[in-house]
Amino acid sequence: MSFLLEADDLVRVYTGRGGLLGKAQPVRAVDGVSLRLGRGETLGIVGESGSGKSTLGRMLLGVDPAQGGTVRFDGRPMPARNTTEWRALRARMQMVFQDPLAALDRRLTIAAQIREPLDIHRIGTEASRATRVTELMHAVGLRPDQAKRFPHELSGGQRQRVVIARALATKADMLVCDEPVSALDVSIQAQVVNLLRMLQKQTGLSMVFISHDLKVVRNLCDRVAVMYLGRIVEEGPSEHLFANPRHPYTQALVSSVPEPGRRLDGRVILQGEPPNPAKRPPGCAFHPRCLRATDICRSGIPALQPLGTDRTAACHLVAGETRAEVA
Amino acid sequence: MGNLVEIRNLSVSFDGVPVLHSVDLQVAQGEALGLVGESGCGKSVTWLAALGLLPSKATITGSVTLGQTELVNAPRPALENVRGGRIAMIFQDPSSALNPVIQVGRQMTEALKLHRGLRGNAARTEALRLMDLVGIPDAKGRFNLYPHEFSGGQCQRIMIAMALAGEPDLLIADEPTTALDATIQAQILDLLARLREEMRMGLVFISHDLGAVAQVCERVSVMYAGRIVEQGPVAQLFDRPRHPYTRGLFDAIPRLDGPRTLLAPIPGTVPDPYNLPMGCAFSPRCSHAQDFCHKERPELLRQRDGRALACAYPLPEAGAHKTTMEKVTS
Repeated sequence: MSFLLEADDLVRVYTGRGGLLGKAQPVRAVDGVSLRLGRGETLGIVGESGSGKSTLGRMLLGVDPAQGGTVRFDGRPMPARNTTEWRALRARMQMVFQDPLAALDRRLTIAAQIREPLDIHRIGTEASRATRVTELMHAVGLRPDQAKRFPHELSGGQRQRVVIARALATKADMLVCDEPVSALDVSIQAQVVNLLRMLQKQTGLSMVFISHDLKVVRNLCDRVAVMYLGRIVEEGPSEHLFANPRHPYTQALVSSVPEPGRRLDGRVILQGEPPNPAKRPPGCAFHPRCLRATDICRSGIPALQPLGTDRTAACHLVAGETRAEVA
Repeated sequence: MGNLVEIRNLSVSFDGVPVLHSVDLQVAQGEALGLVGESGCGKSVTWLAALGLLPSKATITGSVTLGQTELVNAPRPALENVRGGRIAMIFQDPSSALNPVIQVGRQMTEALKLHRGLRGNAARTEALRLMDLVGIPDAKGRFNLYPHEFSGGQCQRIMIAMALAGEPDLLIADEPTTALDATIQAQILDLLARLREEMRMGLVFISHDLGAVAQVCERVSVMYAGRIVEQGPVAQLFDRPRHPYTRGLFDAIPRLDGPRTLLAPIPGTVPDPYNLPMGCAFSPRCSHAQDFCHKERPELLRQRDGRALACAYPLPEAGAHKTTMEKVTS
């Protein structure tokens, strides 16, 4: 299978400052991430705030420049940011953000906003652009009479539909969605998730879906990568990964998901705060919060190791278990 | 056990547009009550009205009593005794509720001075005790830090500590974990459940996350378009929701196990208060609605099984648990 997107060893370092007069301190937001996205596939990226998932999402589109590593889109290296080639390529890869009201221009009508990418990339004629807008509005479930409305006249779920319609206007091959349903009520969230699934089925779109909501990710994504402090710590098909998480961090994440009808008792409640990327602990970054950490976890950084045919995990203990099983 | 707070016939309108329609709600001493529903259904407005925190363009009628004290349209001094003292409230976004240019320690002692008259060392000791209680590591060393030096979860812990400063009888938590990571949400829910037990405090937990509500509450009220539509013990309501709206809220939640099928959203959106539909406000979105529902509004009535329900054609009491879901997804 050829991949639509291949990212290898991506590194993004921000320069943070320690205190008011402190020395400039490098913050490794994304620290050596490699991933593959197949055509028509949905890859979920989960993790706490500060784990680098949004930065990674922007890097995959080339919006945020990488200090190290490469991104290949459709078999070719990603052109440098702000070049003509990159801009042309952006028609094929689009982004959907969490807050649709911030992503929309409040002085433009819905139809004008959905049309904008077509104007920018000079696709089609005046008439064909208008037809495409009508098509897109229908595809995302907006009524034709809403074309003349402004963003503030729509509900949250409808605004997110507008953003999705706009992202699809240029017939994008890839969509990077950064927490697209987190700001919506569950009932409306389900509408938007179903819409994304349906659009994907119809158009064969590939998606990177960034979210901290494991339930939504499991429902929508074929594969999931779990991030912790800028690194992928576990990856696998979403059904297997959530049914049988191997990395202690993934186990804690899955256990923390509240489900109606399940009481608090007996859950693994992860102690400690989400980690600070400016103060990365030595060894396995998760060890200060890990219930099972041993000496080796405090010194050596575990590498991503294959677990069976389709899963990987970066944990000394899991690697040990696997070796023991094989032996 | 007597009721701590009794809300009777509470209605609120903004500029003449009614948003809350004669709500009746009781919270018993030490009870944990959950309020669920989509945004714009009146969950927060109910309690903001009860505490006199709504802007002056709001008209409030009905009655909210705390013991012998009437709170609706009460004079300011009376309300100020209640707010933060007997009833405390915490909100969704802790970092905007804290003053960014004042050290958290000072904000804590300010609350203690206001509600308990503590000063100097006594206030400092009590503030440190409260920060310990809510699980701020190294409270002493971080007493003089500013809110931005704490993470979101820790800011919420500090807000909870400040709310506890007045030793309230009732804590109203308005979406306290919505802005937090799942791992931190689990910690805060655990903390709220523990504090309630230790301090014998009542809790009103406002959330659209049914999972979170199930974990900390004993009783749940489901609100839709400014009215309570179903109310009962958590186990009963969550095992067998009978209002199609409650049921819809459950069916919309994706699952962590089982097959990955299409989700079952509730079609449409919450009606605009300016433009409420005739009859049952949920009828335009309801798959069970009949002619009657579009004409007449059902009253909230007590059912044989003990819950209160406002629906003319409710889901059956027993059995038929999976049928609606299958119908929607197929």
